Amino acid sequence: MSHRYLSLEGVQKTFGAGAAATEVLRDIDLAVDRSEFIAIIGHSGCGKSTVLNIVAGLLETSRGSVILDGKEVNAPGPDRSVVFQNHSLLPWLTVYENVALAVNKTFGRRKSSAQRRAWTIRHLEMVHMEHALDKRPAEISGGMKQRVGIARALAMEPKVLLLDEPFGALDALTRAHLQDEVMRIQQELGNTVLMVTHDVDEAVLLADRIVMMTNGPAATIGEILKIDLARPRNRLELADCPQYNHYRAEVLKFLHQRHRNPEAEVA
Amino acid sequence: MNAILDRNRVWWARPRATAGGRQVAAKPVAKTTSAAATAGRPPAAGGGAFVRHLRHLLATVVPPLVVTGVFLGLWEMATSSPGASLPAPSQVVSDTWELIIHPFYNHGGNDVGLGWQLLASLERVAYGYLLAVIVGVALGVLVGQSTWAMRGLDPMFQVLRTVPPLAWLPLSLAAFQDSNPSAIFVIFITAIWPIIINTSVGIRNISPDYVNVARVLRLNGFEYFTKIMLPAAAPYVFSGLRIGIGLAWLAIVAAEMLIGGVGIGFFIWDAWNSSMISDIILALVYVGLVGFTLDRIVALTGRWVTRGTQSS
Repeated sequence: MSHRYLSLEGVQKTFGAGAAATEVLRDIDLAVDRSEFIAIIGHSGCGKSTVLNIVAGLLETSRGSVILDGKEVNAPGPDRSVVFQNHSLLPWLTVYENVALAVNKTFGRRKSSAQRRAWTIRHLEMVHMEHALDKRPAEISGGMKQRVGIARALAMEPKVLLLDEPFGALDALTRAHLQDEVMRIQQELGNTVLMVTHDVDEAVLLADRIVMMTNGPAATIGEILKIDLARPRNRLELADCPQYNHYRAEVLKFLHQRHRNPEAEVA
Repeated sequence: MNAILDRNRVWWARPRATAGGRQVAAKPVAKTTSAAATAGRPPAAGGGAFVRHLRHLLATVVPPLVVTGVFLGLWEMATSSPGASLPAPSQVVSDTWELIIHPFYNHGGNDVGLGWQLLASLERVAYGYLLAVIVGVALGVLVGQSTWAMRGLDPMFQVLRTVPPLAWLPLSLAAFQDSNPSAIFVIFITAIWPIIINTSVGIRNISPDYVNVARVLRLNGFEYFTKIMLPAAAPYVFSGLRIGIGLAWLAIVAAEMLIGGVGIGFFIWDAWNSSMISDIILALVYVGLVGFTLDRIVALTGRWVTRGTQSS
């Protein structure tokens, strides 16, 4: 099973130690192919972001390992770039400088400065932000910030692109727009993507497979749903597609029947 | 100026000598307090941006002028009786007219214009404050970054920062054996605490998001310092710098009263020894204006440097 591009093998994560220890994740096994789009869905607090952070190398596993392209992951690096939920652009840098910082750091030795500049601008054009190169993050909208965040992550030419609820803070219309952009770019570049989300439509629309997580503590993968919808996908056509609605219902059943929101049960 | 000797000066006794050969002028001058006169001007008629701009200007300029005028008027009334212990504003202006119009005269020794006195004080503040900025930011970064350093140094900082500035003066005179470095040291030790504390808080409050970005990009220590840490902590650092410059200017006047020589603090003390109350009042006005200017300079520098960093 370790022939896959990215694999999580028996990943377990415990926070704290001794009596205060909480087991967040248990026995996470997942294999991802090159160019595959995986969505991880689950109720809040189930540890789906922890999975992403472990792949990013921002958190260490307590047991088990993550292997990417034949190498074990044990520290963060530009081959696993992250689009953070709150964009995490550096507010004192301009849009261009934010992306250029990543490009210069990743390709500093391999590209000339003119090449790096062209590379930076190309990725900003990809997310349609070339008009705001000299703006600071405070001067652009939330959706635009997230576009820049995506450009920054893509510009690092990662082996796997990690999206941590990237559209969670955006309004529905902006979100739909950005989802389409991400789909188009992923088709174009063939990125391997791991996306954490709590939005069922987003997961079904974007993913090749949906990883559904059980509730914590000691959350694990409940089911994996393969989404067999032809690409490119169009949200308007899919709205009336029985197969799409079937997938949607499957995810909803998992989340609301078999693994109900623990907070809702308390209430 | 010999500080060791100055220390023994009996400075609560009130001597009668006049300083610098200037006469204690007492002739009354009929000078109106003209500040309030401009206040009652009617707003220009007609529309347009110019008038709106003018009206806005009047709205911001008139209240301080009115209040200042009323204040000066009350002061003038309260001190106009012959037996008043403090001079009236008109009296102050006439007494100190020579000082006002000749800020840079030099009669040798300590008898120099107020401009020179202020510059001497500013020079001491500049040295002490710059040292405090360099050392304070460095220590603040250390304390903000290292838990060990924080636990070790913080108790000492918390105790030392409550020591009043002048309490350091005897010690620094003993250490440096000279008045000028002692005064600079007092400025340094006064200004450094808010700089250290604010810098360390700024470093400790760097958003974990930025730290994660740095980790994903694999920034090295130097890159992290220049590209993330300094800009992220800059708003805090500058609020420390602003408090620091205010304290430094507070401390210099007091320190110079004790060490003597040239400086606005010494000038005030010398004027008191010569019973020239009007000189003191003029000096206070200058001290206030310079302090205000220093504060604005640091604040504006801070705003310029940290533009954009507050929002995320």
